[in-house]
Amino acid sequence: MAFTLYALIQTAILFTNAIAVLHEERFLSKIGWGAEQSIGGFGDEPGIKAQLLNLIRSVRTVMRVPLIAVNSVCIVLLLLFG
Amino acid sequence: MEYTNQSGFRQQPNVRMRGTPTDPSDPGLLFDDTSAGGNKPDRSGMGKGPDAYPGQGLLSDPMSNLAMAYGSSLASHGKEMMDKNLDRFIPISKLKYYFAVDTVYVGKKLGLLVFPYMHDNWEVSYQQDTPVAPRFDINAPDLYIPVMGFITYILVAGLALGTQNRFSPEILGIQASSALVWLIIEVLTVLLSLYLVTVNTDLTTIDLVAFSGYKYVGMIVGVIAGLLFGRTGYYLTLLWCCVSIFVFTIRTMRLKILSEAAAEGRLVRGAKNQLRMYLTMAIAAAQPVFMYWLTFHLVR
Repeated sequence: MAFTLYALIQTAILFTNAIAVLHEERFLSKIGWGAEQSIGGFGDEPGIKAQLLNLIRSVRTVMRVPLIAVNSVCIVLLLLFG
Repeated sequence: MEYTNQSGFRQQPNVRMRGTPTDPSDPGLLFDDTSAGGNKPDRSGMGKGPDAYPGQGLLSDPMSNLAMAYGSSLASHGKEMMDKNLDRFIPISKLKYYFAVDTVYVGKKLGLLVFPYMHDNWEVSYQQDTPVAPRFDINAPDLYIPVMGFITYILVAGLALGTQNRFSPEILGIQASSALVWLIIEVLTVLLSLYLVTVNTDLTTIDLVAFSGYKYVGMIVGVIAGLLFGRTGYYLTLLWCCVSIFVFTIRTMRLKILSEAAAEGRLVRGAKNQLRMYLTMAIAAAQPVFMYWLTFHLVR
């Protein structure tokens, strides 16, 4: 399978976009993946679900602004070079 | 554990300003200090600047002495600045640890990669909290074998494609980026799963790259066997190498990921340890899959 580095970058951008568009109120809370459900007891080691929710929340917080920039660059490049 | 000898241009080429030659078996040094006193012309490890200036006659002229001094001070200043800036992005000093290998280590490690069944002690020995350099401990991960293995894999892939008249220079680039992408994906997946299972381990990203790179050795052996002996040779050798890498990865990762008691083989119940064991087995099982995936199209 001929994978190029560009394909990897595209995959990464698509994945990060997918995580960033998950809406807190409308979607995550409905399926029990909201932010408040991940707070376990202190001293208790967080399970996989709590870690995953933490990861989703932190990706959404951190990557919002850089994603705007990266997506704009991607759009411009795709428009110019097809 | 820094490489203590200074490198770069010298101002006084006739007088070697050197510290006392340290014991080569001193585990504090990453690389052997083979230039001792003023007699040995060999450079150890990463000798950077030229030492023996050609043409002694040139140096007797005071003007050229001055010019050389000025030039060398400029060069060392520029080198300092570049080193400082580069160190911010790529941790060069940490990388040096992974390349502190010698021939004996490489030989033993390669043997261990294809035949890990007789080896007893898989623990990495430490020296005052820092892991010992690979040349002193066969269990320590290194980056030399993975890097060399990757390059050799690309070359062997080119060779294999060439024997089937499917070669073109672009193929090499495609193979290289393909294998690199799979490596990155594998390392990222392992990092993600380590994060999700909240393992308290001292495995760094570079360690994971090293462990993922060890499978290239098996792949190369398999493809070469396939070239020499046809498909049956390829399958047999690949099977052997897959099992060896599986055992090798399990035995190495077990010590790093599992808790102390479980790693010693005692049965420790509990969901946490079970999860970690599954994780180790998953990492180990991914290696043969990748090995097959990256080589089956090369052998017809």
